[in-house]
Amino acid sequence: MLLINCPYCGERPELEFVHGGQAHIARPGNPAECSDQQWAEYLYRRDNIKGVHAERWRHVHGCGRFFNALRDTTSDQFLATYKVGEQPPAQPRKATA
Amino acid sequence: MQRFSGLSLIRRGLTGQRGWQPQWRQAEPKAAYDAIIVGGGGHGLGAAFYLAKEHGLTRVAVLEKGWIGGGNTGRNTTIIRSNYLFDESAALYDHSVQLWESLSQVLNYNVMFSQRGVMMLAHTVHDVQVSQRHVHANRANGVDNEWLTPEEARARCPLLKIDDIRYPVLGAAFQRRGGTARHDAVAWGFARAADALGVDIIENCEVLGIERDAGGAACAVNTTRGVIRAPKIGVSAAGHSSVIMRMAGVDLPIESYPLQALVSEPVKSIFPCVVMSNTIHAYISQSDKGEMVIGAGTDAYTSYTQRGGLHISRHALEAICELFPTLRRLRMLRCWGGIVDVTPDRSPIIAKTPVPGLYVNCGWGTGGFKATPGAAHLLAWTIAHDAPHPINAPFTIERFRDGNLIDEAAAAAVAH
Ligand SMILES: Cc1cc2nc3c(=O)[nH]c(=O)nc-3n(C[C@H](O)[C@H](O)[C@H](O)COP(=O)(O)OP(=O)(O)OC[C@H]3O[C@@H](n4cnc5c(N)ncnc54)[C@H](O)[C@@H]3O)c2cc1C
Ligand SMILES: [Zn+2]
Repeated sequence: MLLINCPYCGERPELEFVHGGQAHIARPGNPAECSDQQWAEYLYRRDNIKGVHAERWRHVHGCGRFFNALRDTTSDQFLATYKVGEQPPAQPRKATA
Repeated sequence: MQRFSGLSLIRRGLTGQRGWQPQWRQAEPKAAYDAIIVGGGGHGLGAAFYLAKEHGLTRVAVLEKGWIGGGNTGRNTTIIRSNYLFDESAALYDHSVQLWESLSQVLNYNVMFSQRGVMMLAHTVHDVQVSQRHVHANRANGVDNEWLTPEEARARCPLLKIDDIRYPVLGAAFQRRGGTARHDAVAWGFARAADALGVDIIENCEVLGIERDAGGAACAVNTTRGVIRAPKIGVSAAGHSSVIMRMAGVDLPIESYPLQALVSEPVKSIFPCVVMSNTIHAYISQSDKGEMVIGAGTDAYTSYTQRGGLHISRHALEAICELFPTLRRLRMLRCWGGIVDVTPDRSPIIAKTPVPGLYVNCGWGTGGFKATPGAAHLLAWTIAHDAPHPINAPFTIERFRDGNLIDEAAAAAVAH
């Protein structure tokens, strides 16, 4: 089980969270103007990165808030967590132990 | 190829098991082939076999970054069934079950395909309705499936506890033609038969890049063992499909998740069929060695680590202990994970890609072992004809753009 550092509550066991998929995917402002291809990419295309992945988590059994994380999908190690609306840290620092 | 028969087994048995030959060559990569398959799992090895056997392409190489069968082929719980809801899926998975039925003879290799039946439990009114809808849809498609009362289910699998549990068993769908097969034997049987037809099986050969010619067509792969050219490249790399297809600039609607399984210490034969429960998420069968083979769920997050969280397998064990109290005292021997490639509609992709000469077979997620011969056969067809077979024609990448999903996820079929 992962230990996840909620930016609001601190480190908690994975069981308190749900995974929210890839982060920073913006919903097209006006879906009616999207081509089928653009809409399909928004809905279905995912980077599925082997390496450092920006993803959403939600602390459902805690503060209830969404936040973002950088996690290395080759080790499952969290490099950083940050609040919604913030950009991913450029230099991922190691999560404090 | 040294053929196996009852007589050859007896003769070698009496002469100290001497004189067996390696089952396939240790091939060195050549500079060029007619076709390259990336990924030496059952699907990739099978595709090479069918390319050689049915389409006359014998200058074929299978490139595997590790050892053949070391991916999900060697990590799965080997459940085989074809009772999927939609017409497209029923045709696809039953094509595979039909190939399984003669595979040991075709390969001259015992893949230990055992049609012991697959029982899928219903625990809620909703389950009952969905399962019965599956039974009817399957029968309309010529796929066997039947409804069992709780008592009939228990009569078939006496260890099953049907009442006095948190989610009593209200009935079950039962596909008699379903069952299990021996995972390693499938990889080895295809490898041996493909090798005999001239296919080069090249292990420890990781594909690092896909090269495209001036016209944009795929023409070569860059590997840890050098550049290898071929006008046709088929990718069958399960959990790594996104990574490899991106080398050619093709994005896939796929995410890769860890999926776990575990086995108990071996015991005498006590479990006559496969039992699966979607609602309380557990599935179980007994291997021919006597181990109880138990499948757990996927982790919540994408990963390439080939291991999952302990709470996931614990959850599956809790369900097993509830349904089969007799098994509570068994010890678990091993647990492991594989990385499964999941599509949004939980149906696979077997198709041409936007890159000429590049073909893909992926998205089998948590349930592609059952499809091994079928997927292999259809990928080979698609590569050889540069066009899909009618059975895999609906399973394109573009279906997500065009809204033609084959939504087995929403159809609530069990994952595996
Ligand atoms: C725990 C678990 C239980 C499962 N249970 C079932 C079940 O009961 N029934 C069922 O039908 N399905 C089940 N599945 C799913 C099933 O295992 C897979 O869908 C199926 O085996 C995929 O076969 P494959 O040959 O495509 O993949 P694999 O056997 O994974 O082969 C892909 C190969 O590609 C290789 N590869 C990757 N990247 C590269 C590269 N860059 N260069 C060269 N080679 C590369 C890998 O090393 C691997 O050997 C389960 C899976 C898991 C993990
Ligand atoms: Zn919190």
